[in-house]
Amino acid sequence: MASVNPDNGATSGIVADATNWVTDRTPSLGGFYRKHLSEYWAPKNFNIFYFFGSLAMLVLVNQLVTGIWLTMNYKPSAAEAFASVEYIMRDVEWGWLIRYMHSTGASAFFIVVYLHMFRALLYGSYQKPRELVWVLGVLIYLVLMAIAFLGYVLPYGQMSYWGAQVITSLFGAIPVVGGALVELIRGDYLISDATLNRFFALHVVALPLVLLLLVGLHLAALHEVGSNNPEGVDIKKVKDNNGKPLDGIAFHPYYTVKDIFGAGFFLLLFAFVIFFAPMFGGLFLEYDNYIPANPLVTPAHIKPVWYFTPFYAMLRAIPDKLLGVVVMGAAVMILFVIPWLDRSPVKSYKYRGLLSKLLLAVFVLVFIFLGYAGYQPSTPTMTLLAQIATACYFLFFITMPFWTRMDSVKPVPERVSAHG
Amino acid sequence: MAEQGVNGGRRRFLTATTAVVGGVGVMYAAVPFVASFQPSAKAQSAGAPVTVDISKLEEGQLLKIGADVPQWRGQPIWIVKRSPEMVAELDRPEHLERLRDPQSEKVDQQPDFAKNPTRSRRPEYAVLVGICTHLGCSPLFEPEVKPQSFDADWKGGFFCPCHGSKFDLAGRVYSGVPAPLNLLVPPYRFDDERHITIGLSAAEGAA
Repeated sequence: MASVNPDNGATSGIVADATNWVTDRTPSLGGFYRKHLSEYWAPKNFNIFYFFGSLAMLVLVNQLVTGIWLTMNYKPSAAEAFASVEYIMRDVEWGWLIRYMHSTGASAFFIVVYLHMFRALLYGSYQKPRELVWVLGVLIYLVLMAIAFLGYVLPYGQMSYWGAQVITSLFGAIPVVGGALVELIRGDYLISDATLNRFFALHVVALPLVLLLLVGLHLAALHEVGSNNPEGVDIKKVKDNNGKPLDGIAFHPYYTVKDIFGAGFFLLLFAFVIFFAPMFGGLFLEYDNYIPANPLVTPAHIKPVWYFTPFYAMLRAIPDKLLGVVVMGAAVMILFVIPWLDRSPVKSYKYRGLLSKLLLAVFVLVFIFLGYAGYQPSTPTMTLLAQIATACYFLFFITMPFWTRMDSVKPVPERVSAHG
Repeated sequence: MAEQGVNGGRRRFLTATTAVVGGVGVMYAAVPFVASFQPSAKAQSAGAPVTVDISKLEEGQLLKIGADVPQWRGQPIWIVKRSPEMVAELDRPEHLERLRDPQSEKVDQQPDFAKNPTRSRRPEYAVLVGICTHLGCSPLFEPEVKPQSFDADWKGGFFCPCHGSKFDLAGRVYSGVPAPLNLLVPPYRFDDERHITIGLSAAEGAA
């Protein structure tokens, strides 16, 4: 019988011998466990906004698992793709559920990620020393957008086809090499079987690998510098004799349990959408995408899925193709430099002045309006409003160094106060 | 022991040259991976020329290649037979003022033979690739001269429903719309009075 001595791991018996044999030949998992879970000191004052990081991981796992199952029945060819998706929906046992989990998961991913990014803006989580955490996060957001776009092409409906047409054409705006580049991306003179097949490869293998690597780096970078918190207080300043921050608590079990509670609440909403509103009124899955792709008929109103519409509105607002593409690209790229645009001496909005709070609120409204504008058909009034909103979007960032320095600040306390 | 007799300069030189040679090798190894993204031989052969019978085309009518006859390179080719009034409108100074590139000279969007006011070999026939130069949508054919919701002074042409780009009956883009270029004119030739062949080599099409 194997008996384990709880003192120091000195054990006897077959099972224990085998265990020791393995541990002698592998890197210590205990160290990893302590660094990232049992002795990762997280601030004790996390609020509801701190659910979204772990929820993003949950959705990532959902996308990986349901995605693998979908590939078992999906056929990445122009002739068969549309029918194979309908086959999954109608004939494969529980196929409809797996596909709706995947399609709803895509929108859930962006909801969670947008709230996660908003949290960083609210509490200045990108400020020193967490610049790299933020930069890696924006990279994740970029890769996520690429994966979402590629995945949207796979069912090969009308919106898949024409969305792919519009997005790949964007590269044609690049001077000199544009035309050749578009041909290289499509692998044909038009969106075709070759395009679909390679988009499948990128969507299910190449970019998910990149995404997993980036998520690992994002977490590693975070755990190196420690988590921010709603007060923006540096908890590492005040430690006990053992070097544990007084305002920190162990991630496990405290926040693992809290996050499981959050996951339960999230799954409640997630399941509701999957079972009762999987298309979400055409927002999560578009009606036009239930028409097979037809290269000769353009849908009257081409629009991307909701999470791309703010950037699509900017693209449409600019009456010049190259400039429109540049503006749209710059709108994402400018996110990378936020840590260096914000010159405020405090992190959290709670200790910033009225000006910063007001401008952040205006920015959020502008972004939501752009999302709405990108979803509506193009009219002269809407174009004008979108142009104004685009200008506001960029002004928010470009003027950030000035208003963050000008604005009044309140002194940040040394410790996290127990009762706010 | 390892530090004895180390020739630092030689070590750095060997490291650098190994890195350079290795880097060149990596670049060569990348060639097949990048090149495999290009259109395959099969895709290239699908770009063979297509011959179309145009004898039944009426004035003011649009023939969509791809809908009625096989596609050329999967692209929708449009043939419009223009009436004499339509042709006359294409050269009217007030009309030309509203266009971005009325003389088709800014960018190469047509073979040399089509660098004329009608952008065609014969004034009555327009041959165009029916893909909007903005983001690749398929414009609508609106040949009637009448006020439209998108243009109160519409003289007939193509309107793109995606982002509101407008083109005249020679495929020339209007000013102030998102599309930057005139519609593409493919290489083509008249075989006889009834047949057009689309998709010749650039040299052949321009001859």
